[in-house]
Amino acid sequence: MIPEVGQFALILAFCLALIQAVLPIVGAARGRAEWMALARPAAAGQFVFIAIAFGALEYAFLNDDFSVLFVAQHSNSALPIFYKFTAAWGGHEGSMLFWITVLAIWTLAVAAGSRSQPEEFASRVLGVLGIVSCGILAFALFTSNPFIRLTPAPADGNDLNPLLQDPGMIIHPPMLYVGYVGMAVPFAFAVAALFTGRLDKNWAKWTRPWTIAAWMFLTCGITLGSWWSYYELGWGGWWFWDPVENSSFMPWLVATALLHSLAVTERRGIFKSWTVLLAIAAFSLSLLGTFLTRSGVLVSVHAFAADPTRGLFILGLLAVFSGGPLLLYALRAGSLEAEGGFKLLSREAFLLANNILLVIAAGAVLFGTLYPLIIDSLGLGKISVGTPWFDAMFLVPMLPLAVLLGVGMHSIWKTMSGTPLIQRLIWPAGIALALGVTLPLLAYGKASALTAIATVIALWVCAAALLEPLRWWVLRRGAPLTRAQLGMCFAHFGVGVFILGATFVSAYTVETEVSARGGDRFQVGGYDILFRGVKPVESANFTAEEGEFELRKGGRLVTVLASQQRVYRVQQTPTTEAAIDSRLGRDVFIALSKPLGDNAWSVRIQVKPLIRFLWLGPLLMAIGGLLAISDRRYRLAARESAATRAVAAAGTT
Amino acid sequence: MTPRRTQRLLLIGLVVAGVAVAVTFALRAFRENLTYFFSPSQVAAGETPSRTFRLGGLVLENSMTREPGSLTVRFVVSDLAHEIPVQYTGVLPDLFKEGKGVVVRGRLGAGGEFVAEEVIAKHDENYTPPEVADALAKTRGRVTK
Repeated sequence: MIPEVGQFALILAFCLALIQAVLPIVGAARGRAEWMALARPAAAGQFVFIAIAFGALEYAFLNDDFSVLFVAQHSNSALPIFYKFTAAWGGHEGSMLFWITVLAIWTLAVAAGSRSQPEEFASRVLGVLGIVSCGILAFALFTSNPFIRLTPAPADGNDLNPLLQDPGMIIHPPMLYVGYVGMAVPFAFAVAALFTGRLDKNWAKWTRPWTIAAWMFLTCGITLGSWWSYYELGWGGWWFWDPVENSSFMPWLVATALLHSLAVTERRGIFKSWTVLLAIAAFSLSLLGTFLTRSGVLVSVHAFAADPTRGLFILGLLAVFSGGPLLLYALRAGSLEAEGGFKLLSREAFLLANNILLVIAAGAVLFGTLYPLIIDSLGLGKISVGTPWFDAMFLVPMLPLAVLLGVGMHSIWKTMSGTPLIQRLIWPAGIALALGVTLPLLAYGKASALTAIATVIALWVCAAALLEPLRWWVLRRGAPLTRAQLGMCFAHFGVGVFILGATFVSAYTVETEVSARGGDRFQVGGYDILFRGVKPVESANFTAEEGEFELRKGGRLVTVLASQQRVYRVQQTPTTEAAIDSRLGRDVFIALSKPLGDNAWSVRIQVKPLIRFLWLGPLLMAIGGLLAISDRRYRLAARESAATRAVAAAGTT
Repeated sequence: MTPRRTQRLLLIGLVVAGVAVAVTFALRAFRENLTYFFSPSQVAAGETPSRTFRLGGLVLENSMTREPGSLTVRFVVSDLAHEIPVQYTGVLPDLFKEGKGVVVRGRLGAGGEFVAEEVIAKHDENYTPPEVADALAKTRGRVTK
C-alpha cells in the first residue's frame, strides 16, 4: 500500500512540476500576476509530494518490504538499520528519487529566498527549475521507478553492496548530490535572465550566494568521496581520475570558474556572456555526470544500471537543457553589453586568467574522459587513458593558476600600477621561496625540481592568503576585513594547504607490499611494524579475519592497528578494511589482504605524509564559501529591496 | 594598418601559435598514455604491441599457483579460445577469483608469459568487465559459426 502511495505522490509531483514549468514563465511574459503567483505554491506542493514519495521508499526499506523490487535488490533483513536508511540511495532508482528530492529542496529554498527579487524574475527562475524538475521526474517515472513490485516477494533481500556499508556513505552521496543538483540554481538564474536579456550587476548579486552554496556542497562531497575511497577501497589511493570521479570534478572546476566570474559581473558589470555560459556549462556537466554514471557506459562502483533507454533519455535531457539555453543565448548575445573596461594589470585580468585556466583544466579532463567512450562507441577499439596524462594536464594549468592567485588576491579593480603590488608581495614571495626549497630538503633530504616548485607555490598561496588577515589582526593596519574578504582568504589558504598535501603525498609516500607471517617485523618509512598474527572475528552481517599490527617508532609503541579481511554473508563478497593511524603530519595505512598459503598473508603498508591536508584544504575552501555567503551585503541587499517593494506597494494602494 | 591594429593582430597570432603548440604537446602526451585492450585470441595471433597494454578474460579455474608465502602468483587468462599465462607480484584485489573476469595491465615477456604490473578486478562477484564480456562474446560467435 505505502509504495503505491509513494508512486502516486510522484505522479502528482510531476503534475505540479508541469504547472510550475509553464504558467509562471508564460505569466511573466504576458504580465499576468495571478499566473506568476502560482510559482511558489506549486514549488511547495511539489516538495510535499516528493517528500511523501521519498518517505514511502524509506518506509519500505526500514520495514524490509521485499515485495518492492528496488528494496529486494539493495537491502537485507540483517542489514544494520542506518544502512537500510542509506540504501535508499545505494542503487540507481533510489538515487534518482534522491536527485529529485534534492532539487525540490533547492527549489523550495529559492522560492523562499527570492521574495526580495522582482516578481517576474523570480517567477522565471522558479519556472526554469520546474522545467528541470519535469525532465528528471519524467525520467524517474518512465525509466527508473523505485516503487515497482516484485511478485512473488522473496523471503529476503539481495543486500547492499558491502563497499557501500560504511559511515562515509551516509554523508558522501547526499553532499555530492546537493552540490551537483544545486548547479541547477545558477543555471535557472542564467536562463531566466536570458529570457529578457537583462543581465546586470543585481542579477549577479542574486546568483552568487546560490552558486557559492552549491559549490560548497560539491566541494565537501568530492572531498568525502576521496576520503572514502582512501580508507574503504583498501589500497590507499585518494584520487584515480576514474571517469566517475571526473564527472563530479568537471562541474566543480567550472563552478569554481563561475563563482569567480560572477564576482566580476557583480562588481563591474562585465564578463556577462562568459558568466552565463559557465552557468549553463556547470549544470550541463552535472547532467553529463548523471548520464555517465547512470547509463552504464561507464563501469565503476557508481554505475548501478546498464540500461540503454535510460542513457538515451538522459542524453535527450542533456541536449534540451544545454541546447535550449545556448540557443537563447545566441539570440540574446547582442544585448549583453559590457558596462566598462579594464586594463591588463587589474583584478579583472587576474580573474579572467583564473577562468581561462580552470576551463582549460576542465576541458582536458572532459577530453580524457570522453575520448575512450567515443572511440569505443565507434568500434575503434578499447582504450584507457593513463593517470600520468591527467596528472600532467591538470598540473600545467593549475600551477600557473596558483601563482597568479597570490598576486590576484592583492590586485584592485579596473587598473593599477605594479609597484605597490611588488612592494606588498615581495616578503611573502621571499619567505615562500626560502621555505619551499629548504623545508622538503630538511625533512626528507631530497626533493625533485617539481616537488620544490610545488612546495614553493603552495606556501606562496598560503602566505598571500594570510597577508591581509595578519596585517589587520596582528599589526592593526589597514581596514577590518569583511566576511566576503575573510572567506576569500580562508578558501585560498585552503588551496595552498591542498597543494602542499598533494605535493608531499605524491613525492614522499613510502609504500610496500609484503608477505607476512605472525611475528614478522618490517621497517617502513621510519616505523617498525610487528605483525602479531590473525584471529577470526564475527559480526551480524559478515565474518572476518583480523590482523593485528604493532606500530613502533624508535622502540616506543605508537599504537596497535587492526585491519580486517571481511566476507559479507549474503553477497559472499570479500572486502578489505584498512587500519589507519592518522596524525596531522602523516598517516600509517595497513591493509590485510589475501592469504598466501603457509600461514602467510599479503599486507599493504604505506606511510603517507601530510595526507590529511588533502581533505583539510577543501574543508577550508568550503568554510570560506560559508563566510562569503554570510557577507553583510547580501543580507543588506535583501532587506533594501524588500523595503523598496513595500514602499512601492504602499504607493499603489 | 594602424599600429594599434598591427599590435592586436600580432597578439592574436601569438595566442593562436601558443595554443597550437600547447595542444600539440597535450595530444602527443595523450597518445603515449593510451593503453589498448586485447583479448587472449588477439595476443595469440600476435596483434599486440611491444609496449604496455591491457589483457582481459576469465581467470581459468584451477590455474592459480604460487609458492606458499610468496607474493608472486601465476594464473591463466582465457577467452575460451586461447589461453595466456600471466605472472604478477603484489597484492591481488579483493575480488580476484578463479572463474571470474579480470583485466591485467602489463607487457608480454619473453616466452609468451604476460608480466602484469596491475591486476584489476572489481565490483560484485558476478560482474564481468565489458571488455571481457565482449571478447567472450566474440569467441562464442566464432565457435557457433
